Amino acid sequence: MNDFRYLPMTDRDQKEMLDTIGVESLDELFEDIPDKVKFDGPLEIEPALHETALIKEMQRLAGRNVNVKDYPSFLGAGVYEHYIPSVVNHMLLRSEFFTAYTPYQPEISQGELQGIFEFQTMICELTGMDLANSSMYDGPTALTEAAMMSCGQTKKKEILVSKTVHPEALEVLKTNAAGQNLTVVEIEEKDGCTDMEDLEQKYTSSTACVIVQYPNFFGQIEDLQKVEEITHSDKSHMIVSSNPLSLGMLKPPGEFGADVVVGDAQPFGIPTQLGGPHCGYFAVTKKLMRKVPGRLVGQTTDDSGQRGFVLTLQAREQHIRRDKATSNICSNQALNALGAAIAMSAIGKYGLKEMAEQNMQKAHYAKKALEAKGFRPAFSGPFFNEFVIEFTKEVSQINEQLFDKGIIGGLDLGRFYKGREKQMLLAVTELRTKEEIDALASALEGAE
Amino acid sequence: MTTENQALIFEMSKEGRIGHSLPELDVDRIDLDELLPSSFQREEAAELPQVSELQLVRHYTALSRRNHGVDSGFYPLGSCTMKYNPKINEDVARYPGFAHLHPYQPESQIQGAMELMYKLQTSLEEVTGMDQVTLQPAAGAHGEWTGLMLIRAYHEGRGDYERTKVIVPDSAHGTNPASAVVAGFEAVTVRSTEEGLVDLDHLRELTGDDTAALMLTNPNTLGLFERQISEMAEIIHEAGGKLYYDGANSNAILGITRPGDMGFDVVHLNLHKTFTTPHGGGGPGSGPVGVKKDLVPYLPAPIIAKEGEHYTFSYDFPETIGRVKPYYGNFGINVRAYTYIRTMGPEGLKQVSLQAVLNANYMLRRLQPYFDTPYEQHCKHEFVLSGKRQKKLGVRTLDMAKRLLDFGYHPPTIYFPINVEECLMVEPTETESKETLDEFCDAMIQIAEEAENTPEVVQEAPHSTVIGRLDETTAARKPVLKYSREAYVSTKS
Repeated sequence: MNDFRYLPMTDRDQKEMLDTIGVESLDELFEDIPDKVKFDGPLEIEPALHETALIKEMQRLAGRNVNVKDYPSFLGAGVYEHYIPSVVNHMLLRSEFFTAYTPYQPEISQGELQGIFEFQTMICELTGMDLANSSMYDGPTALTEAAMMSCGQTKKKEILVSKTVHPEALEVLKTNAAGQNLTVVEIEEKDGCTDMEDLEQKYTSSTACVIVQYPNFFGQIEDLQKVEEITHSDKSHMIVSSNPLSLGMLKPPGEFGADVVVGDAQPFGIPTQLGGPHCGYFAVTKKLMRKVPGRLVGQTTDDSGQRGFVLTLQAREQHIRRDKATSNICSNQALNALGAAIAMSAIGKYGLKEMAEQNMQKAHYAKKALEAKGFRPAFSGPFFNEFVIEFTKEVSQINEQLFDKGIIGGLDLGRFYKGREKQMLLAVTELRTKEEIDALASALEGAE
Repeated sequence: MTTENQALIFEMSKEGRIGHSLPELDVDRIDLDELLPSSFQREEAAELPQVSELQLVRHYTALSRRNHGVDSGFYPLGSCTMKYNPKINEDVARYPGFAHLHPYQPESQIQGAMELMYKLQTSLEEVTGMDQVTLQPAAGAHGEWTGLMLIRAYHEGRGDYERTKVIVPDSAHGTNPASAVVAGFEAVTVRSTEEGLVDLDHLRELTGDDTAALMLTNPNTLGLFERQISEMAEIIHEAGGKLYYDGANSNAILGITRPGDMGFDVVHLNLHKTFTTPHGGGGPGSGPVGVKKDLVPYLPAPIIAKEGEHYTFSYDFPETIGRVKPYYGNFGINVRAYTYIRTMGPEGLKQVSLQAVLNANYMLRRLQPYFDTPYEQHCKHEFVLSGKRQKKLGVRTLDMAKRLLDFGYHPPTIYFPINVEECLMVEPTETESKETLDEFCDAMIQIAEEAENTPEVVQEAPHSTVIGRLDETTAARKPVLKYSREAYVSTKS
């Protein structure tokens, strides 16, 4: 029976154990399962493979994909390929981290707890907020939880959200809002940014929160000051979803008076991996501390006065409050939060600023290079590392031609917006070289 | 484990040190003020640490040494299925062809990833006896909520808006009632009998025209198989409700019984429990959801479909509840789960459950003379002990859990399920050897003896950890949730 390297039980073990239990056979242990629900016969799944064959098969599957390390890619739109210091993966492979679970026993989980406490601190530093939780599933679900928290706290039922927020985040928000019978009202887009007049018009006394993205889905930098004025004209929450890398350069949402800042820490050390797992973050003002979903790590002392860390304010959470809890989140993305903290530590205070600036400089260089070839940008406002170009033919066709030249083009906005089939959202990170950007410009010239 | 206190990384920071190697900027640097109006510019740099690469490595290595994982030692945390996380899974998930894919690459560039997702979907359909699986949910609780939203959409799709209640056993995981509420339902609790099983009479009383669903874990959180599952299914289905399977405990049933055959309509699985993907200190997990045919139209899109030899994203779900997560779920985790399924195959998966159950029963019988065991029937993959006897001696279950730390073990789940006094919930999993089980049982027996003879040894535990029992009350009353920047500045000067 020792066909499986993860199963240590020998025939002798089995016999001794059955004897101790006082049964003749394994089947006796399953007598409580009625025959009519017993599964009879082998599962029809693929056969087991020994390790060598399995590696070959998994390499075959991986080899059928085009990966963004082999081809220069200009895809972004919420998921970004960035410099990942080698130390990140090495530290994450310390198995004391990845083979542990939620730190329920703080005495033997100080490493994880301290690592997350440091992560929480870094997120506060970036966003300019008072406190941050230990992570959420991803940016869009963090945004959604922020809206749910806001409706619960303000006792209002209307969520105002800008159409310049990531379209998939909007979809997730709508799914969740339907579950709680909340209304989602979308604010129009104007020149690539939130239409402030429309926001002013739609803002009412039932508005629980206003949600904007900074930089927004089109890469444009929203006027948070104006958003704040409107949102705080009454008792509503200002929720800002933000790419944390951009906050290396941009004034943090906290300084504009945001009540909640959410986003995804994926740009820090987390590979794109087809969109998940990434790492949602969730930061708030002190006022909202006891309303935050998910786990929080706090500092305390042990019986001899030594500094230590524990999960805290657990009375908010599902395992204590059950049906009174405002969020059902349990497992989050702890290991990715740790990875992001390691990456942020490696990149460091001035490295972050430099990395953010490189993104901005290169994106601006790319935009100029494309303009020089006669391509027209769709919007004129300030932007971070993404911008939209308007072509004369469909982006899906252009991208095919780009790929023939070994380049993965930007996002076809027609995927999400009717009428934008000729618009491409391009992301340019610090990884794209001048040479690659120039090659893109030339290739596009040929494709048009 | 190391016993030295570990400084915060902020405390090690020194102005001017770096731990990175960014590419050079190879385009002309434009003056920032030209790119960004000054009102948008950050004035003060975020106070991230400034450490060298070796300092960083030492710091996180030191932290790891202050942490206990499955690789460090036995981790019988009930209902969490802390089994071995295979190394090959980690290697495979890091192949560039999986790790460095962008979700908006066209289908033609990611056929291998789609093939993997399709095969994982169909494998999980077979294992659970369901008609269609979605890989979108990110974790167990996320799966529960998704499943309940599907059930709600199903009822509403038939014009039935009166089904406002979800029935949940008193022994259920906390996420069950929380998920029900977040999906817009009212959670109603059904009692357990003295045998630890759902009280069918009470279930009948609670079930009616307003029942949307019954959420059930089977085996339940006491580790007992709900043998009247078919009767329960009948009660719920006759009233027009749906049956939801919480897959947290599916490590007991692989290839032995299937939720679909037990009458369940919706299932979620925790791939980070049953299918060996690492728990990561609290995630990332993955919580795929499977449904029977009549719920398929409501699934979140996309699902991976196969057309000839080509894999496609199918968005053809007219009644969809909408997306629950961006992109395609936690793909990196799903790669690990699929690698595991291919390691074990049909026979291996069945062996997993047989051996997990044998291990649990063996431990139960070895420990039975020393602890109160509230239920007599054979357990499945986990079992509960009650510390009632020790409590009378002044030793609480919490004390015994802390004492186990001295032996190098992660304690079982404690004080859950809530319907067992001074509960310890033990789940050994199939990947532990008999020697490990015996050593753990010996430690438990020693602790039971200490409770009688030298209770202070248990009450004052742990004695050998890097830190003593922590003051959780102060942590909650005066929360310190981040390193204070003021303190940071003063440390430097």
